[in-house]
Amino acid sequence: MIGPGWHTSAVLALCMTFALSACSGDSRTKLTVFAASSLTEVFGRLEQTYEDRHPGVDVVISYGSSSTLADQIAQGAPADVIATADEQSLSSLARAEALVAAPQRFATNTLAVVTPPDNPAEITAVADLTGTDFVICDPSAPCGAGAEEVLRHSGVTADPKSLEPDVKSVLAKVTLGEADAGIVYVTDAQAAGDDVVAVAIDAEHNVINSYFVAAVRDTSGADDAAAWIALLTSRAGRSVLTDAGFGVR
Amino acid sequence: MSSEDALRQSWPPLRLTAPALVALGFLVIPLVAVVLRVPWSSFVSDLASTGARNALWLSLVTSSISAGLCLLFGVPLAWLLARTQFRGRSLLRAAVTLPLVLPPVVGGVALLLAFGREGLIGRWLDTWFGVTIPFTAAAVVLAQTFVALPFLVISVEGAFRASDERYDDAAATLGASRWLTFRRVTLPLAMPGVFSGAVLSWARALGEFGATITFAGNFPGTTRTMPTEVYLALNSDPGSAIALSMVLILVSIVVLSLLRERWLTGVSV
Repeated sequence: MIGPGWHTSAVLALCMTFALSACSGDSRTKLTVFAASSLTEVFGRLEQTYEDRHPGVDVVISYGSSSTLADQIAQGAPADVIATADEQSLSSLARAEALVAAPQRFATNTLAVVTPPDNPAEITAVADLTGTDFVICDPSAPCGAGAEEVLRHSGVTADPKSLEPDVKSVLAKVTLGEADAGIVYVTDAQAAGDDVVAVAIDAEHNVINSYFVAAVRDTSGADDAAAWIALLTSRAGRSVLTDAGFGVR
Repeated sequence: MSSEDALRQSWPPLRLTAPALVALGFLVIPLVAVVLRVPWSSFVSDLASTGARNALWLSLVTSSISAGLCLLFGVPLAWLLARTQFRGRSLLRAAVTLPLVLPPVVGGVALLLAFGREGLIGRWLDTWFGVTIPFTAAAVVLAQTFVALPFLVISVEGAFRASDERYDDAAATLGASRWLTFRRVTLPLAMPGVFSGAVLSWARALGEFGATITFAGNFPGTTRTMPTEVYLALNSDPGSAIALSMVLILVSIVVLSLLRERWLTGVSV
């Protein structure tokens, strides 16, 4: 026998659980975007633009390593759109027929070396990294795979001190002064402003990263997902991308 | 049959058993899910891979050192909290327990700001001795000790409090110094608590992830412990991540059974 009091509290507990997951008190529809860490600044600005143009929509963006995000979607994470810093992370989702259409290339990026403002190890080129405390992304993230290629092209065989889970963690280790240098995207170097000094990597040793976006199949926000991708690839979207240091087309 | 026995053997009320079963299922089902998904055909090769072996070895070594440090410094701190009177003791106890409830990532940031190259203390270590801690196995040990120490201190302090202080008084009356009393009377009486505290802190150190990846970073063989290996493997090779998780679950079960044996039989050394 279960008394009425028990019922009330159980119902209340269930309601609270659902209220939490539905971001309580907001009647706007939600557009959930998963994006590579390196897109943080650009997508932050596009979120503003999008919400100004679509007052009934609340854009929620989750940033992380491209492979982690793709994996989360494969496990059923509720995302409407995914934008990654590589093609590989999305191709596994495409194979599993989890995407509405083939991933669309929308930007390119290259890598740069960053050091703390005082550049303690006096690094002026990739070759100078040998013998310093430098960090890169883990090769499972696109920025790490790219950084390893840059090191190989430049003949640097020294090991990094750490393989960070995503590009923003690399940047953090440099801005905190814990690492002499890190390899990040030029756009991250630009976004970090005076917190770091960027050392350019010459084109012949650098790699070009392509960014891809796709709408996720079977979500409630299909129209908004399409509209988000349209904004990203529109003239306005492209100008935000170029402002941040990305290449478009 | 006494009436108490009859009461105990009657069917327990549903309003207690139903939520209890939900709680039980919630805790057990995820672990069963791991066991069901273990790729047994590649289990051995997954664990024999260099990456997994390095991570397992590093985890075992660092967590054992961390548990040792916890014992070395935690037991005296527990004694101080249990057997001395001074102003601000409750404040001290709150400070000791804080890492217990602090998100480990926050602990990692705090460790960076204290022991990092530009940190409060780390700056001087670098200037005076040329020692930098982040990105080394020592940083892994510091991160693990930071999160594990409160477990040991609380467990041992409880044991000190539970053991009768009159034995200490008797030893003192017989002329024993406080150090001798601690060594020959207080500590032996609290030994079960010290043991379970050591095992708990070792297990907590073994599972440490957030503070480690924030403070020590991630590099195979130096700072990539089992939890980090599992986290990264999930991106590239989910099967291997599941196999590694299985190993950590097995280790945890062994640790728990060790603890239970101690608690149930009440053996004191």
